[in-house]
Amino acid sequence: MNAPLKSSALAAKVGDVDVITIRRDFPILNQQINGHTLAYLDNAASAQHPQSVIDAISRYYQHDHANVHRGVHTLSQRATEQYEGAREVVRQFINASSSKEIIFTRGTTEAINLVAESFVRPRVKPGNEILISALEHHANIVPWQHVCKYTGAILKIIPITEQGEVDFAAFEQMIGSRTKLLALTHVSNALGTIVPVEKFISVAKRLGVPVLLDGAQAVPHSSVDVQKLDCDFYCFSAHKLCGPTGIGVLYGREKILNAMPPWQGGGDMILTVSFEKTTYNQLPWKFEAGTPHIAGAIGMAAAIRYLQALNMNHIAAYESQLLHYATEQLQRISGLRIIGTATHKAAVVSFVMQGIHPHDLGTILDSQGIAIRTGHHCAMPVMTFFKIPATARASFAFYNTFAEIDQLVAALHSAREMLM
Amino acid sequence: MDLKELYRDVIVDHNKHPRNFGKIDHADAHADGHNPLCGDQLTVTVKLDGDVISDVKFEGSGCAISTASASLMTEAVHGKSKQQFNSLHDQVHDMLTRHDSTIDPMSLGKLGALSGVREFPARVKCASLCWHTLQAALQNQNQLVSTE
Repeated sequence: MNAPLKSSALAAKVGDVDVITIRRDFPILNQQINGHTLAYLDNAASAQHPQSVIDAISRYYQHDHANVHRGVHTLSQRATEQYEGAREVVRQFINASSSKEIIFTRGTTEAINLVAESFVRPRVKPGNEILISALEHHANIVPWQHVCKYTGAILKIIPITEQGEVDFAAFEQMIGSRTKLLALTHVSNALGTIVPVEKFISVAKRLGVPVLLDGAQAVPHSSVDVQKLDCDFYCFSAHKLCGPTGIGVLYGREKILNAMPPWQGGGDMILTVSFEKTTYNQLPWKFEAGTPHIAGAIGMAAAIRYLQALNMNHIAAYESQLLHYATEQLQRISGLRIIGTATHKAAVVSFVMQGIHPHDLGTILDSQGIAIRTGHHCAMPVMTFFKIPATARASFAFYNTFAEIDQLVAALHSAREMLM
Repeated sequence: MDLKELYRDVIVDHNKHPRNFGKIDHADAHADGHNPLCGDQLTVTVKLDGDVISDVKFEGSGCAISTASASLMTEAVHGKSKQQFNSLHDQVHDMLTRHDSTIDPMSLGKLGALSGVREFPARVKCASLCWHTLQAALQNQNQLVSTE
């Protein structure tokens, strides 16, 4: 075995920027939890916010708030400009060809539900199939179960391997003329597996099967180009991107979105309403009924600008160093088993420790200032596959340090001493 | 927040060596409990002699708090009538959940070791799941008990 890496010997830098400098942008990180410096390692559940995001939201409420798309007065115009400006920031971020293809939703879950109800449900017939993988979290399972329940369509699950990778050979056997949608996670929240979605999409395209990608865990950690991916839908949430909760994005190909009926009815999504007939607004507003989460969109745009200033490729490179270091250190703990050992992973380490339930680990780590997620990570079928009730999951962001991983490892040793 | 208050020696011991772990064949009553938040799952089986609990076992998987609480419970309720169980259930519940609880943990014997749980609100459901499950079994509600 090679000599272990030492955290002190590793340079914590995102591109040219010291992580210590980056951490000053995140006020929440500078606090003590139970008498210890906070080590926030639950970023796959929700990431923290830089001051620039907090300021953008606060400035909007202090100076610019009014309803959008409906006032001639100055504040309404400012709010509208910022809200629509946020849409353009998102468009550039994922390289969509038009801002009409960017629909603001409450988050990934709502984006998937929108596609399920407006695109898939009207198109499928009994015996048609919807294809997902065994890696999916509940948001990319339950909406399809709903569609199947009401249409007689069948939900098919592509199996995963012991490493936690989606079985491509099995997928090739399963996709066919009955398949009406492939809905696939881009990065697994429970295991960190980066799914090589390009391969899957290319098969689906050849067969004319539309593809939805759940990008909730991918967008914060890599640069995503929806045109290059050639997917039909891409869904993600702002709060995993250092933005606010309650706002997310559905990207959809313009041609497809145009052909879809509105999902929810209400204000903003109409052009004219009478009791006899309503005409619908054009894209993207057709899918944004009611007053939207204006501050959320503005906060998300500020978060994207912050990440872009750091550079998504530099973020990915540093997080990959964190993953490598954490994997190496955790593997040295006896009785610890890492769940999910895919060749390509985002900075997520899910693990179990012999004789210690993840829930107890969560409490013991919290007492030492370390925040990790314990449980099934809203991916119960993944837990069932590995025959475990739950895992402990440390998930990293670009503001985490190698020293925090040392803090985690020390706390895991103390948990063993306490409970074994 | 002192972890030693939560993971007292009695708790650690009952987690490592759970008492009455298993299943009673031909049980008079049983119920399943589930905590969807953390995945804890347990099944309680009971043998009754009239109104009296003559044997009780549990099986399943859970955290140290949930396992120790179930193990301690099976010891404590042996030989108790349904009414006595209900009274004990209420006292334990009070001790687990109320900061102003007037229950003296010492009066509950080994069960008193569970009193540290109330300082850890996220863990109260772990300790109470088995108690709710046994209560459901005794009320002949052979159904799934969920903490959510």
